[in-house]
This record gives sequence, structure tokens and C-alpha cells, in this order.
Amino acid sequence: MTASPPPVLEVDGLVKHFPIGSGLFGRSRDKVRAVDGVSFSVAKGEVLGLVGESGSGKTTVGRTVLRLDTPTDGAIRFLGNDITHLTRSQLRPFRRQMQLVFQDPFSSLNPRMRVDRIVGAPLAIHEPGMAAAERTQRVEDALAMVGLPRNSGERFPHEFSGGQRQRIGIARALMLRPELLVADEPVSALDVSIQAQVVKLLLDVRAKLGLTILFIAHDLAVVGHVSDRVAVMYLGKLVEIADTRTLFRDPRHPYTEALFSAAPVPDPTIRRQRIVLTGDIPSPINPPSGCAFRTRCRYALPACAAEVPPLREVAKGHLKACLRDDLELVPWQDAPRDPARPPAVATPAP
Amino acid sequence: MTADTAIAAHGGQTLRRSTRYRTLRRFTRHRLAMFGLVVILLLVLACAVGPSLVPFDQFQLNMRARFREPFAGAHLLGTDELGRDMLARLLMAGRISLTIGFCAMVIAVTVGTVVGTVAGFYGGAIGTVLMRFVDAVLCFPTIFLLLTLAALVSPGIVTITLIIALTAWMEVARVVQGQIRALRERDFAVAAEAMGAPDRWIMFKELLPNAVAPIVVAATLIIARAILLESYVSYLGYGIQPPVASWGNMLEKAQQYLTTAPWLALLPGLMITLAVSSFNFLGDGLRDALDPRSELS
Repeated sequence: MTASPPPVLEVDGLVKHFPIGSGLFGRSRDKVRAVDGVSFSVAKGEVLGLVGESGSGKTTVGRTVLRLDTPTDGAIRFLGNDITHLTRSQLRPFRRQMQLVFQDPFSSLNPRMRVDRIVGAPLAIHEPGMAAAERTQRVEDALAMVGLPRNSGERFPHEFSGGQRQRIGIARALMLRPELLVADEPVSALDVSIQAQVVKLLLDVRAKLGLTILFIAHDLAVVGHVSDRVAVMYLGKLVEIADTRTLFRDPRHPYTEALFSAAPVPDPTIRRQRIVLTGDIPSPINPPSGCAFRTRCRYALPACAAEVPPLREVAKGHLKACLRDDLELVPWQDAPRDPARPPAVATPAP
Repeated sequence: MTADTAIAAHGGQTLRRSTRYRTLRRFTRHRLAMFGLVVILLLVLACAVGPSLVPFDQFQLNMRARFREPFAGAHLLGTDELGRDMLARLLMAGRISLTIGFCAMVIAVTVGTVVGTVAGFYGGAIGTVLMRFVDAVLCFPTIFLLLTLAALVSPGIVTITLIIALTAWMEVARVVQGQIRALRERDFAVAAEAMGAPDRWIMFKELLPNAVAPIVVAATLIIARAILLESYVSYLGYGIQPPVASWGNMLEKAQQYLTTAPWLALLPGLMITLAVSSFNFLGDGLRDALDPRSELS
């Protein structure tokens, strides 16, 4: 492993707290622990899926990793360079190698700019000396690559549908051939039929350009389809991370099981026992002691409140943050179970 | 996919046409705004070419033709206490008043936009200092500030314009600052940041074009106020100095003949009212037309 190139992205103990309200002297007493000690790395060409319900901090991870937010603590290494504390101007050379695709295709494109200027903006910023003809050519190429007509540049964003606008956003992100793409729920605002097209587009360009992608989503079916590895987040912490196949066949964390159970099955005749999580995700201002998930976990023991379970390796490349190793968890829908483990016994109802 | 894009492309073009068309329609249906626009265009046209069509010079004295009444004889709108042609003077005064209004607006909008954009974009210490400064300037009562300044500097077209601009830029700054602050949080601003765009790029290429509508509205209303302010100051004798005519100083001279020659006061008064209310109507109409929320009504 030592001879391999450094991972494209390495995140070590990332913490991001947002202070809320400010006291008399600008001092705030409370803070939102949006991200509370997250570590992972993404190898070159890999797609890492990041899942979790709303409020789990996955978007904050994406934004902090790109240094659109400054982390409270921890380290971010991009292509082996520590970018944790760089200033805006020091970050500029890295910006062209890391890009972002947004969730909302309506707010992510400037309504007053023509599409050719939107897509060409990265060129105008990073290669101001480029001849106009070459820039036009590259913009048209980028539009063609994402499956839009070459002359789309003459029009304004509001003239396109949601799926097309997402393609424009992807064309802009890929303009400078970045190394890393953070896709923050890139399809969750789209119709299901369009989602498939955009996912396919992302996988195509990834194969073509050798992109590394951090794919943030809450839709497990999409994440499972796109990702090589999946990391599951809950309340600002990683609770489980494994390669996609292993995670879906053999989840080891009760939260992962609950997420699997909540995903709709595309077959209305199937009746299954759903694990319904009661209540909302606890407040990240004042998280529960010990394991943050224990308040909603049906397997919780008194010991779970005592201390925060560390993320530990339970199999090669499979990490989880749960005290209990004795659980039999239900895999993804009807995925075949890992033969190494005994067959499922009926899980007790809560 | 190609069929889909073709349809969307077609639909898109109608959409673009229709949004612009709807805005235009909202504006043209606003009767007062259309009235304002027509009056302003007529005033500008009259003041621009009118003086060369009137057979009298604005400074030409004629002691044998003093206090001639309007609509009788050679002087269409009569003559003043020195026998000068009222129409020629009104139009020349209009040139000055409108020019001052327009120039003061341009300066106020430029300063206000830059201050507001910088304050809204950077926020924090820079934004707070700038906006508190704006608040501090707003605290001065405009008229007294205007009179004090006008008394201190030698009056003239340029100084009056500058002084009026000085008292008018703050509200543009506040409007722009609010807009920029809200726009900054939008994803396209984050996208520009993620591209590594310089601050100037984000401020002036990404954010500002989205704040044009309220600036245009504020600009129109500033012209109205600038014309009014110029009249005030000139009326009180600190503004444009005779013999150069402005609507304000014509009014001032006329007050002693109010009973004997009321047209001397009525005519410039009418011009001021007409110009100011037209710009106000225009501003109101623009505000209604450019506000997407009024789509519903």
C-alpha cells in the first residue's frame, strides 16, 4: 500500500461546529455540531457514497471538504496537500481540480447569465488568456459531453428543464477536468426517470475522465448503484463504512439496517417487516451521550449511553461504530446474504 | 433525448418571450406609469430641442414687454418682470433641472451600488462599518444638510449636483446591500466561489446583475427627489444663481408678483410638479412590473 499514490481526498477527524446566536460580546454559547469527527479517504477513480438522513451533516462534509466552509478541527488533504487552513487566495490553484454539483438545479445557475457564459466561467477565471474561439469550442464540447445541443449556450437557464439544468451544472463542473467532484444530492430534486439519465451521465463521465467522486445522497438505491464504497452518517458522525456490496449484503450497524428498511421496494406485492425509526434525528446542538443513535436504536443497551463507540474495523475495509457484535441485521431488500455469516433469524419486534 | 431537448428548446423560447412580455405588459398596463413615461419623454424632448425653436433668447430683456400675459401676443407663455420670454426660460431651466436630476442620480446610484455591494458581500466588520456609516449619514436631516453645504461651497450646477447626490446615495446602498446579502447565499454564488472566482467577479458579474430591478426603481425615484431638492435649494437662493434659470429660482423671483402676475409662479411650479410626479409614477410602475411577486395579481 505504501507505493500507491496518495488518495485524492483524505479527511482526518473533521469537525465543523456552527455557533448559533451570538451573546453580548459576539460570544455564542451554543453550537450546532454539524460534523463531529469524521475520517475517510477517497482513492483516485473511486466513488464514495455518503448517505444519511436530513440533518446528518453530509452536505456540510461536502462543503467543508471543498473548503467552502472552514473546518473547526481536523485535517483535509487533497492530493497529498493539506488544504485545511489555506486562505481563499491560496486555495485558488486547487479550485480548478475540485468541483461541486448542486442539489437544486434552479438556484445553482445564475438566472441572468447565458448558458455559454455559465459553462465558460471556469475558463474565463482560470485561463483568462484563452482565445475566444477556443473557449467557445470548449464550451460546446462540454455541452455535447453532457448530452445537450451544442447551441444550448445561446439560451438562459430558465429555458431548460430541471434535468437539463443539472446537465449544465455538470458541464460547468467538468469544464476544467477536475480531479475530484463532490456531487451533493445531484439527483434528488429530479424526476425518477430523469434521475436515471443524470446518474448514467455521471458514471459515463467518471469512466471517461477518471473522476473521483464524493457522492452525497439519501437515496440508497441510487448510492448503491453509483458508489464503490458507501459511508453512512448519523448526527455528524460516521457509523459504518464498507464497500458497497459488503455493506448492502451484510450491514453491521443498526442505523444502516433501519435505512435499508425504509427504502421503498419496487414491487408492491412484497410485504416486509419495516423497522420504523421513531422520532426525529436528535438535535445536533445537544446530542445524546454515548452512541448518538441509541435513542432510536432498538438494540440499545445501557452501556450504549456510557461512551461514544469508536469506528472500528470488523472485517477488512468494513468499519462500524457500534458496541454490539452479536446482531443479525437484515440486508438490503432481498440481497443475498454473505455466506460466511449464518442465516437471518427473525428479528424481534421492538 | 434529442426529441426531449427539441421540445424543451421550443418551450424555452416561448417561456423567455412570455416572461419578458408579461413584465412589459404589466408596465404598459400601469396607466400612471405610462403617463409618467410620456410626460418625461415630452419634457426631455422639449428641453432638448425646444429652446432653438422659440424665437426669443432666455436672457433677452425687453423693458417694453414686461408682465405680458400668456397666450396673448408674440410670447406664448408671457414674459417675466424683465420682459424675458417665459417659454424660453422654462425650457432652459428644464435643461438644468433635468440634467442635475439625472447626473445626481447617476452619481448616487454608482456610489450607493458600490458601497452596498461591498458591504453586502463582505459582511462582517467591513459590512458593519459601511452600513453604520450609511445610517449615520441618513441621520442628518436632508434639507438642512443641503442648505449648510450649499452655503459653504460656491453654488453652481456641478456643486449642486454633487451635494444632492451626497444626500441620496444611502438608500441605494441599503437596498443593494440587502439584495447582495440574500443573493450571496444562493447556490450560484457558492458555485462561483467553488470555481475560485475572484471577489470582483462574484460581486459584479454574478450578484449585481440580479439586483438590477430594485436599483432601477430607486434610480427613478432619486431623479424625482433630486429635481425637487434642486428646486428647494434654488428657491431658497442657495442653488442655481440668476440670471441662469432653474425652475426653483424662477419660482423664487415670482413670489413677489404672485397677485399681479400669477403665471410667473404657476408655470415653473407646474413644471416641477409635472416632472417630479412623472418620475414617481414611472418608479412605481417599474417597481410593480419588475417585482415577480406581482405576477399573481
